[in-house]
Amino acid sequence: MNPEQQAFLKERAREARYLAIKALGNFGVGHVGGSMSVIEVLIALYYHAMNVDPKNPKWPERDRLVVSKGHSGPALYSVLAMKGFFGRELLDTLNQPGTNLPSHCDMKRTVGIDMSTGSLGQGISAAVGMAVAAKLDRKPLWVYTIIGDGESQEGQVWEAALLAHSRKLDNLVAFTDYNKLQLDSYTDDINTLEPLTDKWSAFGWYVQSVDGHDLTAIVEAIDNAKAQSGRPSMIILNTIKGKGFSFCEGVVRSHNMVVTPEILKKALEELNYCGEGTQ
Amino acid sequence: MKDQRELRDIFCEVLMEVAEKDERVVLLEADLMLAAGTYPFNSRFPERTFNVGVSEANMMGVAAGLSAMGKIPVATTFTPFASRRVYDQVFLSIAYAGLNVKVRGLDPGIAAQLNGGTHMCFEDVGLMRNIPTMSVVEPVDEIQMRRMLPEIIRHDGPVYFRTFRMQAEKIYDEDYVFTWGKPDLLVDGSDVCILAAGIMVRPALDAADLLRAEGISAKVLNVHSIKPLDQQMILDAARTTGAVVTAENHSILNGLGSAVAELLVEHHPVPMERVGVKDIFGEVGKLDYLFRRFSLEAGDIAAAARKVVKRKAT
Repeated sequence: MNPEQQAFLKERAREARYLAIKALGNFGVGHVGGSMSVIEVLIALYYHAMNVDPKNPKWPERDRLVVSKGHSGPALYSVLAMKGFFGRELLDTLNQPGTNLPSHCDMKRTVGIDMSTGSLGQGISAAVGMAVAAKLDRKPLWVYTIIGDGESQEGQVWEAALLAHSRKLDNLVAFTDYNKLQLDSYTDDINTLEPLTDKWSAFGWYVQSVDGHDLTAIVEAIDNAKAQSGRPSMIILNTIKGKGFSFCEGVVRSHNMVVTPEILKKALEELNYCGEGTQ
Repeated sequence: MKDQRELRDIFCEVLMEVAEKDERVVLLEADLMLAAGTYPFNSRFPERTFNVGVSEANMMGVAAGLSAMGKIPVATTFTPFASRRVYDQVFLSIAYAGLNVKVRGLDPGIAAQLNGGTHMCFEDVGLMRNIPTMSVVEPVDEIQMRRMLPEIIRHDGPVYFRTFRMQAEKIYDEDYVFTWGKPDLLVDGSDVCILAAGIMVRPALDAADLLRAEGISAKVLNVHSIKPLDQQMILDAARTTGAVVTAENHSILNGLGSAVAELLVEHHPVPMERVGVKDIFGEVGKLDYLFRRFSLEAGDIAAAARKVVKRKAT
């Protein structure tokens, strides 16, 4: 990527953070931490890697994304709105009565969502199923999935990992949002995943570990992953939960937290984003 | 009289016929292909058979992903692993997500026989009918399997079907016409209505014979669809006979008996008895022992019928 592209993606990440924190602040409470840690990967996917058409969201040949850690919904909704899957005004309806933007990703309600998730561990299996289907139909599309680190304590993740390797799913690129925190505390203190890279390698995956807030690194890792053949890819994103705002960055209680008007005001000042609406 | 062939073989044969015409149909297995009788499908459609190994939760998720890509997956395993083990996966990744997966529970209830109490699932109907959009059906013999399975595949939405896998008691003739959701009237009668499903249909028919000898006229319906439940037909049966007995190879909690009781109590309460497993665990044994052990025999159904007929009179 040239510096101009880098600057563009960086600005999109700032925009997504702006929209997501505004949506969460507008409602007053929500999954701030796990939304902010995946902003960069979502930008890398939607502005670099993924072949999707917001005007034709159900296009059968599109790439798929399963956000297995379904509570990152607010971040995904912000990026989908930026891409034009739906209007930005919809973000104000987050979790409001009758909304199409619930806390957890819902493919029946939200345009652009490829899989309903929220009960952890399940999305990655669906992503494996999608990759298997694409292989069966000889469709050259990519399936991406984002799992959480806390989520990786679910056994189903590892069932899916076995099968993806066994089926040689080189059309599947997974990410672990390794923000080192889960709802209750530090992942290492509760039930450590370490050595995480070795685990995925041992499961036969092509593993890369990158700074999950470095867009250039993520983009390169995705391109590397797509150049692999015969095995699925895991990109471990070393991230910071609640990244971007002092009130939540690295804060244990950021999983689901209150965002008062005062907090929102301060957060927006910190972000210093004023270019809303640029494409 | 029993069917000539095992129900699992009929299942596989019909699934292959359907899959021949509809390339969306794919099969998922969790290391039970030998038990499920699906090796011929695997031989005929190796690319469309996904044996995921012993990982039922993952199987349901993979099935969901396949459905999201336009396939019609049929996921099959023993009843406990097709229901209670994967309940959240079936709930969320399949039904809540609006995906079209067919889940086949093999050897429900006492049909688990020598696999014993660990594999004996008396909960599956209750679990599955509690999931919005889920259909819950049970083919009883070869002919019904032949008629029902193509409709299960054709139905637009998730279906849970529980099925015996060995040679079933023959109930239907070749001229049988299957209608989705509509119970079959097997014997007409006026004093009591017996609503049975699955392997309880044969004892229900035998019970009707026993009752007839005593001057009690029993109507027998095969309620092969527990959800949707044909409210009109069951209410009509309750109205015309005035007494109802349900017979199910399942716990009396949350299964057919409960579904019928819910309906009757709100619309037309009549004396009713539920024949089924009385909220206890399963145990190892052969089918004839287990019918006796859990009081699921024709005599038990007839006794329940006598009871409700008596209550009707008082």
